[in-house]
Amino acid sequence: MAQTDASLVQSRNEGLGARLSDTLWRRPSLLLFLLLLPPVLWLGIIYLGSLFALLLQSFFSIDHFTGMINYEFTLRTYAELFTPANFDIILRTVLMAACTTVASAIIAFPIAFYAARYAKGRWRAVFYLGIMMPLWSSYLVKIYAWKLILAKEGILTWALEGLHLNWLLDAYLSLPVVGGNSLSVSVTGTFIVFVYVWMPFMILPIQAALERVPTSMLEASGDLGARPGQTFRHVLFPLALPGVVAGSIFTFSLTLGDYIIPQIIGTSRLFIGQAVYQHQGIAGNIPLAAAFAVVPIVIMGFYLWGAKRMGAFDAL
Amino acid sequence: MSAVVFDHVSRHFGAVRAVDGVSLAIEEGEFFAMLGPSGSGKTTCLRLIAGFERPTGGDIRIFGEQVADLPPYKRHVNTVFQDYALFPHLNVRDNVAYGLMIAGQGKKQRHKAADEALEMVRLGGYGARKPSELSGGQRQRVALARALVNKPRVLLLDEPLGALDLKLREQMQEELKGLQRQLGITFVFVTHDQGEALSMADRVAVFNDGKIIQVGAPEDIYFRPDVPFVADFVGSSNVLPADLVARLTGQSRPAAIRPERLKLAETGPLSAQVIGLSFLGLTTRVSFQAEGTRLTALLPQDAPRPAKGDTVALTWAEDDLHLMRAGA
Repeated sequence: MAQTDASLVQSRNEGLGARLSDTLWRRPSLLLFLLLLPPVLWLGIIYLGSLFALLLQSFFSIDHFTGMINYEFTLRTYAELFTPANFDIILRTVLMAACTTVASAIIAFPIAFYAARYAKGRWRAVFYLGIMMPLWSSYLVKIYAWKLILAKEGILTWALEGLHLNWLLDAYLSLPVVGGNSLSVSVTGTFIVFVYVWMPFMILPIQAALERVPTSMLEASGDLGARPGQTFRHVLFPLALPGVVAGSIFTFSLTLGDYIIPQIIGTSRLFIGQAVYQHQGIAGNIPLAAAFAVVPIVIMGFYLWGAKRMGAFDAL
Repeated sequence: MSAVVFDHVSRHFGAVRAVDGVSLAIEEGEFFAMLGPSGSGKTTCLRLIAGFERPTGGDIRIFGEQVADLPPYKRHVNTVFQDYALFPHLNVRDNVAYGLMIAGQGKKQRHKAADEALEMVRLGGYGARKPSELSGGQRQRVALARALVNKPRVLLLDEPLGALDLKLREQMQEELKGLQRQLGITFVFVTHDQGEALSMADRVAVFNDGKIIQVGAPEDIYFRPDVPFVADFVGSSNVLPADLVARLTGQSRPAAIRPERLKLAETGPLSAQVIGLSFLGLTTRVSFQAEGTRLTALLPQDAPRPAKGDTVALTWAEDDLHLMRAGA
C-alpha cells in the first residue's frame, strides 16, 4: 500500500523550480499575469506612452517670435496644417501613398498568386528568398542604387539609348507633374522606388490570404458556370481582400511616414515625413511636427473604417 | 442515351496512372456509385466528368457531346464537393444563387429560386446565415441545394457524406436517394464506403488501381463478385484460394463465401480451429483458421457458440460458394 502511494505522489523533497511550477499550474491566472506584465509595460508605457506624449504636443503651439513652446491647450497648430503650403504636403503624400498602394497591389497579386498556388518545394524557397532578400540589404544602399539606375547618366537611359527608345523617356519626362529633368529627380522616380521598397509587405499578406483559399472553392465557382474572370471577381478577390487590405496598410502607412526616399529621389517638394523631420529637428516646432504626425494616424483610421464598411474583413 | 460515357479513358500524373483505360456507360436517371479504396481512381474519374481534370487519353461524352475540350464552366454538370466548398464570404442564399447569378438571373428571381432549393433540402429560413454558422450536415444540404438549383443533367457527388457522423449519414443517404428519385437526375456518387454504395446506388462500379474491376447491381457485386478483390473489399467475404477450392469442388478457381452463410456442423467439408470470437449484438463474429486460410463466420445469437481453441467442422449450401475469376 505504501508503495503505491509513493509511486502516485512523487517525492515531496522538490526544488524551488518544481514548487514554482506547481504553484503556477494551480493558479493559471498568476501565470498569465506574469507572462503579460512585460509586454503590457512595454506596449502601454514606453510605446503608446511616448506616442501620446507626442500627440499631446500637437495641442500646444509655438510662439513664432521667441521660438518657445506655449503650453496651453489650443487647436491653432492643427489650423496651421490647413494653410496652403502645409495642406499641399498632406495632399501630395496621401496621393503618393494611394498610388503606391494601388500599384503594389496590382503587381503583387499575380506574384502572390503564383507563389501560393503553383510554387512547390525548391521553387517556393527560391521565391521566398527573392521576395525577402531585398529586405535584408540596407534600405539606403537600395535607394542610392535606384538613384543611379534612374539618373540622367544612369543604366536605364543607357539601355533605352541602346534600344533607340530614349525618345519615349524624353516624351514622358516632358509631361507636367510626373516628369522632370530625369527620372531620379521626378515624382515618378519617387513612386517607382516606393513601390519597389514596400513590395514585399504587399506580396506576403496576399500570399498568406490566397493560401487559405482551398482549390475546391475555385473549382466550385467554375463548376457553377463562372469563367475564370468571374471566379476572380466573385470568389478569389473577395477572399484575398483581407490580405490585400493588410498589405495596403503596410504600403500606405509606410509611404505616409517615410522621409528618406523623397529626400534622395524626387523633387524638392516635401512629404509628411520630411515635414515632421524638419519641424522637429531644424525649426524646433515640435507642436507642428506632432500635428503632422497625427495626420497619418487619422488617415489610417479612416482607411480601416472604410475598408471594414466595404466588407474587407468579412472573410476573416 | 447514356448520360456519361467513358471510352478507354486514362489520366496519368507523371508515372502514376490514376485512371488507366476506363470504359463505362452511366445511364440517364441512374444512381451510379463509384466505389473503391483511396487512390483507386474513382475521384479522378469524377473530376474528369466535371472537367477539373483533362484525360491523357480516351473519349468522354456527356449526353453524346465530346467534353474533353470543354472547361468546367461550359458543362451541364454540377458537383457537391467533399469539403462542400461553400463560399465563406457569401450568405447561404447567395451561395445557392451563385450559379444563377453567373447565368445572369436577376436578384429577385434567383433569390426566389435559391429559397425554393433551400426549402427542398429542408433548410428554409436559413438563407441569411453565413456558412460558418451551420453544422456539417446543414452545410452539406446547402452544397446540395447550390448544385441542384442549376438543374444539372448530371449531379456529381464526391464523398459528400464522409464528414458526417453515422446517424446523420444514414439519414442523408435516404434523403439523397429520395431526392434522386424525385428529380430524376443522373447521380454519380463517389465513396469508399461499401455500405453507402450498396444501399443507395442502382449500379456500382468497383475501382482498384485506376481500373474498373466490376460493374453491376448492388446484389451482384455483393453476392456474385467476379474476383477476390471485390469479394474482400465490398462484402468482406471469405476468399478461398484456388488450391483449396480445387480440393473441395474440383475446380481450380478462387471462391467467395459470405460470413453469414458459413455454418457450424458435426461433420463438414472443412475443419477449422476457432481463433477468436467477438460479440456484435445481433450476431457473433467467429474467426477460424482452416488449412492456412483465415475465415470469418457470423453466427446468430441463438446458434450454439464454440469456444476459442475448439476444432469444428464448417459447412455451407452449395449455392453459397461463389466461384470467381483469378486475378485482381
